[in-house]
Amino acid sequence: MDASLVLIQFLNGMQLGVLLFLLASGLTLTFGIMDFVNLAHGSLYMIGAFFCASLTFWTGSFVWGLLLAIPCTALVGLAVELSVIRHLYARDHLDHVLATFGLILCFDTLTQLIWGPEGISVPLPDVLDGQVTLLPGIVFPTFRLVIILGGLLVAGGLYWLVNHTKLGMLIRAGASNRTMVGALGIDIQTLFTAVFALGAVLAGLAGMLIAPITEASIGMGNEIIITAFVVIIVGGIGSMKGAFIAALLIGLIDTMGRSFLDDLFKLVMSTEAAETSAPAVSAMLIYILMAVVLAIRPQGLFPPKVR
Amino acid sequence: MADVSTTDPAGGARKLSVASWFMVACLVALAVIPVAIYAGGNAFWLDIATRLVVLSIAAVSLNLILGFGGMVSFGHAAYLGIGAYCVGIPTYHALFGEFELIATNSGIFHVILAVIVSAVFALITGAICLRTKGVYFIMITMAFGQMIFYLFVSLETYGADDGLVITSRSEIPGIDMDNPLAFYFLCYGSLLAVIYLVHRIVNSRFGMVIQGAKGNEDRMRSLGYSTYVYRLAAYVIAGAICGYAGALLGNFTSFISPDMMDWAASGELMFMVILGGTSMVFGPVIGAALFLLLEQLLSAFTVHWHLPFGIMLILTVLFVKGGISGLLARMGRSNG
Amino acid sequence: MASTLLETQELQKRFGGVTATDHVSLQVEEGECHAVIGPNGAGKTTLIAQLSGMLAPDAGTILFNGKNITQLTAQRRSHMGLARSFQITSVFMGLTVLDNVALAVQAHTGHSFHFWRPARQDQALRAPAMEMLEKVRLQDRANDLASEMSHGERRQLEIAMALATGPHLMLLDEPMAGMGPEETARMVETLKSLDGITMLLVEHDMDAVFALADRISVMVYGRLIATGSPAEVRANEEVRQAYLGEAA
Repeated sequence: MDASLVLIQFLNGMQLGVLLFLLASGLTLTFGIMDFVNLAHGSLYMIGAFFCASLTFWTGSFVWGLLLAIPCTALVGLAVELSVIRHLYARDHLDHVLATFGLILCFDTLTQLIWGPEGISVPLPDVLDGQVTLLPGIVFPTFRLVIILGGLLVAGGLYWLVNHTKLGMLIRAGASNRTMVGALGIDIQTLFTAVFALGAVLAGLAGMLIAPITEASIGMGNEIIITAFVVIIVGGIGSMKGAFIAALLIGLIDTMGRSFLDDLFKLVMSTEAAETSAPAVSAMLIYILMAVVLAIRPQGLFPPKVR
Repeated sequence: MADVSTTDPAGGARKLSVASWFMVACLVALAVIPVAIYAGGNAFWLDIATRLVVLSIAAVSLNLILGFGGMVSFGHAAYLGIGAYCVGIPTYHALFGEFELIATNSGIFHVILAVIVSAVFALITGAICLRTKGVYFIMITMAFGQMIFYLFVSLETYGADDGLVITSRSEIPGIDMDNPLAFYFLCYGSLLAVIYLVHRIVNSRFGMVIQGAKGNEDRMRSLGYSTYVYRLAAYVIAGAICGYAGALLGNFTSFISPDMMDWAASGELMFMVILGGTSMVFGPVIGAALFLLLEQLLSAFTVHWHLPFGIMLILTVLFVKGGISGLLARMGRSNG
Repeated sequence: MASTLLETQELQKRFGGVTATDHVSLQVEEGECHAVIGPNGAGKTTLIAQLSGMLAPDAGTILFNGKNITQLTAQRRSHMGLARSFQITSVFMGLTVLDNVALAVQAHTGHSFHFWRPARQDQALRAPAMEMLEKVRLQDRANDLASEMSHGERRQLEIAMALATGPHLMLLDEPMAGMGPEETARMVETLKSLDGITMLLVEHDMDAVFALADRISVMVYGRLIATGSPAEVRANEEVRQAYLGEAA
């Protein structure tokens, strides 16, 4: 394994990491504040990707497509919250899980009815479609770099939102003391709706960003959502900081594991054994990480202080 | 965690008449109707019934931890997969060589392997999951289920995500596994045995402890119970039973793939349990029957049957408390 | 002279900036009913939680029967003879009254890895459970669901469950909370009838406290400010100011 490959895979890991963060931040917000488990969060990721694809073709520009897809995804988030989710806050987690599982089935089928069973690939404008030279001899796709920077920018924005705005104050207060927020005379229902829509937009954004790389496809959210769960479990459910660190950690470990684990194994075992066992182990690597973290810290790496 | 349906064994004793007659009627119908239709020359419904009975075993095992133990496991289909691969992998090696240690067509061996591997997997993952509570538990069981899914996806030898064809079924002395009727009665007998077993467990001292731990774990600890070991034991038992169901499922479908342990499959198992109702051992069988009927009916209308199914699932959660057996119990109470 | 059954030494617990238990040193003598009183938020429930093993103290030791139990789990403490009732009624609502007590009996009759024999037909559990119900006069309700009982009856059931574990010491966290005068009188009577069991009673109902307690400790903002006989405590100037004053 040479250094340039390591650098490139590191950046790929970062790219997966920021996408995971976009998904995990919404999950951790809805859980931290509303105590709500949303399995259908991955569906919003998928919806975002499909909106972005259609709007890119309609406007002829990926950038416009993305900018228009954001409010569309927010609207879907609002509709779901108003019709189903808000009736579930008072229920237990089992009900959350079952109802949002039902939502996934609805979303997947509706998407198929509207956009057809095939995936849609999203063309990038020429500016974003090329490669940049990072170091002499090391090139990296421009768009992937944009994802990393965009994701970090959103993370910074969320940090500012949570720590320095009135909404953020309410979010933090709501997470630690629900009744207090109610006592302050704030309409908790509206706050919940707003937070859910914010989470929907973040998930949708992740889908929009990945669409040009993988294409928008049915069920794309159902795979990554589990990884996002692993992220918030490792990070500590309800913790934004934990979600950020765990997302990058898991993005890096997953990507690096898939690329370099066989080389590492070859150091200690036969080539043949390494080549059969490495794919199996790298497929399980993040879950093993999760198991280890939980065995040591059942509440995750950064459990929220009040709960 | 608040419970979806109040487990209500004492009420159960009182509603015995309605619910248990219903159970007996269902079980008799299961023994007679598919067989009669099959004898009339139509194999389709025996096929459905076999699937129903096998999935019922899995759902009954899930209900032991979910309904009675309050452990909301979202990774239970993993055990179906493990059980099925415990049939598929030995028969694969019996045919193509290598791994002589496990290469066999012996059904007894397959079943023992399925039960042991499932129990060990449940023990390891349960030991970690059960250190956590509530939503952590749900997500972690889900993640471990998905871990097994990806493990089998990565195993090229056994077909990866294309799956593995079981070329010859398990060989069990005295039972012709290739005869649909004989195989059906094996599954049916297994279901009866599992229902009886879970019934005994639920009403034993052990069962009282896991039901108590579901209601109020702090209370149980201050009474002097080490709830963790009891819950872990229940988790392992449920996993082992479901592994057995998996071995049957592998023999039934003759084709196994990682898809059978996808988290959607776990979700379907959970749906069967909730729809049927968690307060009775037999409840999940009703749930499984309704699920398969729904699947057949809806998919006859449209290939997009997941849409109405999803909507029904949401409506069930929003409006039907305690599942079908909960309704039965309420009927039983108002009648007498 | 009675010996000390339970003793805390410099027990401390902080939550963020709040000190819920501040250097609490308390002795409960064998056979006495020792009441801990104090205004809301004085840290009484936190104290009970540490004594019962639900919450780990930040510093200090807890001695029970001369043994250091500070690090032991709740279930170990239960087996040593420490029982508790909860402030928020926590009986098993889906089970019958008799089942509830039988479950408490079962906790102290060996392990529960018995998977086959029906527990509800087991006289080794049912008979002692029935006996406990008679002590709190709930025997007529044995086969009703706990969820069908009144609040006061559930609190009586709590006592029966604590008794069924065969305790040397009962930690009672506000057993009269939310009760009407009649129910309170019945509870006082029940607790009075339990001769020989040492009790640590946290309670707001002063009539009940003075009817039951042999000694009283007063807790304010996590600190013990006085301990003594009911008469002494009543006469204590600091106590009157800090606490009883507001009631008078």
